[in-house]
Amino acid sequence: MDFLNAIVALCNYVIVPGVTYGSQLALGALGVTLIYSILRFSNFAHGDTMAFGATVTILVTWFFQANGIGLGPLPTALLALPFGILGCIALVLLTDRMVYRFYRDQKAKPVILVIVSMGVMFIMNGLVRFILGPGNRTITDGERFIISAREFKAMTGLREGLALKTTQGITVITAVVVVVALFWFLNKTRTGKSMRAYSDNEDLALLSGINPERVVMVTWLIVASLATVAGVLYGLDKSFKPFTYMLLLLPIFASAIVGGLGSPVGAIAGGFLIAFSEVTITYAWKKVLVYALPKPLEPTGLVQLLSTDYKYAVSFSLLVLVLLFRPTGLFRGKSV
Amino acid sequence: MKDSTRTYGLFGLVVVLILATGFLQSWNSALLILNMGLISAIMALGVNLQWGFAGLFNVGIMGFAALGGLATVLISMPPVPEAWTAGGPRVLLGIVIGASTLSAAIWGYKRLPAGPTRPLGLMLFLVIGFFIFRGVFDPGVKAVEAINPAGTGYLGGLGLPVLFAWPLGGLLAAGAAWVIGKTALGLRSDYLAIATLGIAEIIVAMMKNEDWLARGVKNVTGIPRPVPYEVTLQNNVSFTNSAQSLGLDPVVASSLYVKLSYSILFSVVLLVLLWLAQRALKSPWGRMMRAIRDNEVAAEAMGKDVTARHLQVFILGSAICGIAGAMMTTLDGQLTPGSYQPIRYTFLIWVMVIVGGSGNNLGAVLGGFVIWFFWVQVEPIGQLLMTVATMGLDDSSPLKLHLLDSVAHMRLLTMGLILLLVLRFSPRGLLPEK
Repeated sequence: MDFLNAIVALCNYVIVPGVTYGSQLALGALGVTLIYSILRFSNFAHGDTMAFGATVTILVTWFFQANGIGLGPLPTALLALPFGILGCIALVLLTDRMVYRFYRDQKAKPVILVIVSMGVMFIMNGLVRFILGPGNRTITDGERFIISAREFKAMTGLREGLALKTTQGITVITAVVVVVALFWFLNKTRTGKSMRAYSDNEDLALLSGINPERVVMVTWLIVASLATVAGVLYGLDKSFKPFTYMLLLLPIFASAIVGGLGSPVGAIAGGFLIAFSEVTITYAWKKVLVYALPKPLEPTGLVQLLSTDYKYAVSFSLLVLVLLFRPTGLFRGKSV
Repeated sequence: MKDSTRTYGLFGLVVVLILATGFLQSWNSALLILNMGLISAIMALGVNLQWGFAGLFNVGIMGFAALGGLATVLISMPPVPEAWTAGGPRVLLGIVIGASTLSAAIWGYKRLPAGPTRPLGLMLFLVIGFFIFRGVFDPGVKAVEAINPAGTGYLGGLGLPVLFAWPLGGLLAAGAAWVIGKTALGLRSDYLAIATLGIAEIIVAMMKNEDWLARGVKNVTGIPRPVPYEVTLQNNVSFTNSAQSLGLDPVVASSLYVKLSYSILFSVVLLVLLWLAQRALKSPWGRMMRAIRDNEVAAEAMGKDVTARHLQVFILGSAICGIAGAMMTTLDGQLTPGSYQPIRYTFLIWVMVIVGGSGNNLGAVLGGFVIWFFWVQVEPIGQLLMTVATMGLDDSSPLKLHLLDSVAHMRLLTMGLILLLVLRFSPRGLLPEK
C-alpha cells in the first residue's frame, strides 16, 4: 500500500499542480509566440494584457454575482470570460491602431517594437491598478473541489488524499479546448493558413495576395483571447494581483524560448517543461520518499532542492541552458 | 550653436523646476529630488552606454542596482564575530565548493570529448556537487542565522567606510553582467532582454532569501553614512550658531546640510562619469561602438570583434548602474530588498534614457532629472487635477473615493504615455545624438 500512497502523494503535490501551472504557462507562451511569429517582436506587455483581460472578467463577474447570476457548481468567472475576452480584444486592437501600426508601416527594428511594448506595458499596468487597485482579489465561487482529500481517502482507504480543485479541472479542460481550437484554426482554415504563410515568409505571402493588416488583426484577436483565458485561469487558480502578472512574464518567455520562439507546439511543450521543472525542483520530496523508500533509507530532511522563492531561478536556468546549447529552442523556432 | 542653446535651455529648465519646488513646496523636497535625480542620471548614463552607444537592450537594471545596494551592506556594516565563529568558515567553504563544482563542470565540458557520456557524466558530477555543497553550506547558514536573529542573524560587513562600497557595487554588477553577457550576447537582441530580466529577478530573490548575507526581508538598517548625522550637527555649537546667523532653524539647517553634502558627493561622481563617458564617445572606441551599432555586419567585415565589444560595453554600463545602486542605498541608509521593483528600477530608467535622447550622454543625464522630477511630482499634480475633476461629485460617492484613491497609480499611466509619445513624435529624444 505504501507504494500506492507514494504515487497518490506525487500526484497530489507534483503532477496535478504541475499540469495546471503548465496549462496556464502554455496559454501565455502561445500568445507570446504568435505575436513573435506574425508581428516579429517580443511583447513585454503580454503579462499585463493577461491582467487586463482578467480585470474586465472580474468586473463582469462582480456584476453577475451582485445580480445572482451564476453557473451553480462552476465559478461565475467562466460566464464572464467571453466579456473579458471582448474587453481585452477592444483594448488590444485600439493599442495596435494607435501604437504598433505606425512602427509596422515604418518597418522599425524589432528592438524598437520591444521598447514600444514596454510603454504599452506601463499603460496597461497603470490601467489595471487604476481600476482594481494593487491588492489581492479572489473571485472564486461555486464548488471548491471536484474531489476533496477527505472524500478521496474515504473512497480508496489510502492514507494520502488526492485533492482536485474545481479550478484545476477547469484550467486543464479549458486549456485543452482552446489549444485544439487554435491548432484547428491554424491548420485547417484559410485565415489560419494565411497566418502561417505570413509567418514563414512575409514577402511571398504579400505576393500571393494575403492582406497583412487582416493577418495582424486576426493575430491580435487570438492573442487577446489566449491572454484573457490564461489570465483568468491563473487568477482563479491562485489569486488575482496585478503585480503577479508582470512576474509571470519571465516563466512565459522562458517557456516560449525553450520551446522555440515562433513555434506553437514548442510553446506548449515549453510551458509544461518549465512548469514541471519549477514544481519538482522546489517541492519538498520528503512525503513521497517516506512512502516510496524502505524504512532505513527514509530521509530526515525536507529533501527540497531549492526554496520555492527561487522558482524563477529554475525557469531562468533552463532558459540559459537552452540559449547556450540550442538557441533556436527545442522545436526549432525562428531566429531573426 | 543651436544644439548648445537647446542643451543649456533644457538644463536651465531643470534648475528652474527644482528651484520652484524649493520655493513652492520645501527645500527639503527640492534637495531630495535633486539627490535622487543625480542618482537617476548616473543610472541613465550607464544604460545609455549600453543602448545609445551599442544598441544593447538591458532590462535588468534593477538587479545591478540591487547588487550595488548589497555592496553597501557588505562594506560598511560592522562584522558580527559570533556569527563568523558559528558558521562563517562553513558558509565560505560551501560557496567555494559550489563555485568550483560549476567551474570544473564548465572546464570539463570544454575538455572532454563530445559524445553521450559527456552530458551524462557532467550531469552526475553536478548533482553530486550540488548535494555536497548543500551539505556543507546549509548547516553553516543555519548557525549564522541562529545568532541573534532579531538584531543581526547575518555575517555582517567589513566595517569599512561606506564610500568604498560604491566601487565594489560597480564590481559586483560587472561580475553579474559578465555572466549574462557571456551567455546571451551574440544571440538575437530580445534574448539579452529576457536574460537580463531573469537575472534581475533572481538577484532580488536571492537578496530576499539569503538571510545570512544581508538579513533578507528583515532589512539592514542604520548603514553608516559618509556625511555627519543631523543630531551631531544640532549638538555642535558652532554649527547652530552659524545656522542662526543665517536666520535658519538649526533642525532644518542640519537636514539641509546633510542633503547638500550628499548632493555634492553625488555630483562629483556624476561629473567624473559624465566626463569619462563623453571622452569615450568621442574616442576611436566610441566611434567603433557606434559603427557596430549601426551596422554589425559591416563592422565585423572590418575586423571588429562584435561580441567582445558588446560584452565590454555591457559590463561597463552595468557597473555604472551598480555604482548608482550603491549610492542610492547609501542615501537611504538602509537596504530593503522588498522595495526593488522592476517598474521603478528598470523601466523608469529606460523612460529616462529614451526621453532624454539615446546616444547622447547629456541627454541621458537630462532625462534622469526630468523624468525623476515628474515621477515625484505627478502624484501631487494628479491629486490636484483629480480633486478638480471630481468637484461636481458628491463627497461620499464611491466613484469619487475610488478615483481619489487611484491617483497613486497615475504615475505608471503618465510614464507609459510619455514614453510612447516621445517614441512616436520625437524618437531621438529631447537632446538628440549628434
